[in-house]
Amino acid sequence: MSLTRIYGLFLRHFYLITRSFPRVLDLVYWPSIQITLWGFISNFFATHTTYYNNAVGVILTCAILYDFLFRTSIGFNMLFLEEIWSRNFTNLFIAPMRIGEILTSLVITALIRSLIGLVPAILLTSPLFGISILDLGVFLFFLFLSLYIFGITLGILVSSGLLRFGPSFENIAWSTMFLLAPFGCIYYPIETLPEIFQKIAYLLPLVYIFEEARNILINQTVNIENVYYAFMWNAFYFSLSIALFYYSFDAAKNKGTLINMGE
Amino acid sequence: MKNLIEVQNIKKNYGKKEAVKGISFNVEEDEILGLLGPNGSGKTTTIGMLLGLLKPTSGQIFINNLKLEENRIQILEKINFISPYIELPKKLTVKQNLYVYSKLYKVKNINERIEYLSEKLRIGELLNSITGELSSGQKNRVSLAKALVNEPKVLLLDEPTASLDPEVGDFVRTFLEDYKKEKKISILLASHNMNEVTRLCKSVLMMKNGEIIDQGKPEDLIAKHGRTNLEEVFLKLSRSNSEFN
Repeated sequence: MSLTRIYGLFLRHFYLITRSFPRVLDLVYWPSIQITLWGFISNFFATHTTYYNNAVGVILTCAILYDFLFRTSIGFNMLFLEEIWSRNFTNLFIAPMRIGEILTSLVITALIRSLIGLVPAILLTSPLFGISILDLGVFLFFLFLSLYIFGITLGILVSSGLLRFGPSFENIAWSTMFLLAPFGCIYYPIETLPEIFQKIAYLLPLVYIFEEARNILINQTVNIENVYYAFMWNAFYFSLSIALFYYSFDAAKNKGTLINMGE
Repeated sequence: MKNLIEVQNIKKNYGKKEAVKGISFNVEEDEILGLLGPNGSGKTTTIGMLLGLLKPTSGQIFINNLKLEENRIQILEKINFISPYIELPKKLTVKQNLYVYSKLYKVKNINERIEYLSEKLRIGELLNSITGELSSGQKNRVSLAKALVNEPKVLLLDEPTASLDPEVGDFVRTFLEDYKKEKKISILLASHNMNEVTRLCKSVLMMKNGEIIDQGKPEDLIAKHGRTNLEEVFLKLSRSNSEFN
C-alpha cells in the first residue's frame, strides 16, 4: 500500500469539494434540515407518548445516527460515481493503484464528507432542542464506528455493482439505504416488525446499533452484547463486500466495463 | 533494438463473440507503431488489454520484459494513455489535476515535472484554469501532459489529435515526434488520420474483424497494394472481404 497514492486520490476529491461552494453546502444542508425536522418530530413525540417521555432525545439521536450511516454510504458511492460522471474512470484504473489503495482513499474521504455534514447538524441539536448526542457516553464512539463500517460496506457493495454492471447500476446506489431502513429499526423497537421481518433484521448490524442507542438513552444501561453482535455482523458483511469488489473488478476486466464506463 | 511491447497471440472473446483473434506484434524502443482498422476491428480492445483494463481470453503481454498479468502495478507505473473519450476531472484546475496524477504515479519533484511539461506543451498560462472550461485543443495538451507526468516508457495513444484544428494537431504531432526521439519511448498509435500515421509511424498494423490483416512500413504497404497513399490502402483493406478474414 502506498500512502502517496492514497493521499493523491484523496486530494482529487478534496480539491473537488473545496473548489465548489454548492458541494459544501449540499454536504451540510441536508443533514441539518433532516436533524431539524426530526428534532421537532422528536419534541412532539416526547410530549405525547409514554414510550419516549423518559428520553426526549431518543428519536433525534437515532436520526443523527441514521443520517451518519446514510451520508457515509451515499458519500462512498458519490466518490465512485463522480469518476464515472467526469469520464475519469479509465484514468483512475490505468494509474498504478492497487484496489486496496483506492478503497482506503475512498473510505477516508467518505468519512470526512460525512463529518462535514454531521458536525454542524450535531451542533444544531443542542441550542435548538437541548439535546446532546454525547449523552450516549463512551459507547457513542462504538455505535458511530459500527455505523461507519456498515455505511462503507454498503458503499463498497454498490460500487461493486457499478464496476460489474456499469452506470446502469446507479439507481441502486441511491436506493440501498431506503431498502434496508425498515429492517434497521431506526425509530422503533424490533418488536414492531412482523416476525419474519424480525428474523431478517437480526441478520443486519443496524438493529443492534439502534436497539442499543435506545437502550442507553431510555434504560440508562449498556448491553454489551448488542455492540458485540453489531461488530460481528459488520465484520461479516465488510469481508463479503471486499471479496465482492475484487470479484467485480475481475469480472469487469473480463467484460470490458472498465473501458466503456461512462458511455 | 529492445522490444518494449511484446504481444503474443492474444485473444479476447465476449461470450461467443471474438473481438480479437490471436494477434501478435512487438513495438521496439524509440518506435511509433500505428494501429489501424475500421470501427469494431479490435483496436480499442487491444489497447484495453495492453492497459490491463481487459483480461485477454488467452495469450500473453509483456511490457518492458515484464508479464502484464503478474506485474500490473509495476508496469502501469511506466505506461500511460491518452484518448479523447476519457477526460480529467473537469472541476479541478489544470495544476490540481497534474498534481493529483503525479501523486498517483508517485512522481518525485512534482513541481519541476509540471513546470517542464507546461513549458514543453505550452500550458503554463492554463495551470490555474478550470480543466472543464478549456477548449478542445487546450484539453488535449493538458491530457498529454497528464499522460507524460510519469515519464512513461510506453505511451498508448487513441486518436490523439481527433477534433483538433490543423495548427494544434501539427503541434501535438511535432511534440510527439520530438519527445519520442528524446526519451526513446515506444508509442502505439491508434488513429484514423492516415496522414498522421504516415508521418509518425515507422510501421503499421492493419486490423479487421479482430485480426491483423496486413502490416509493414507505410511506404511498403502503399507500394504492395499499388496505391498512392495510406488512406487508399486502408480503404482497400477495410472494404475487402473474406480474403483477409
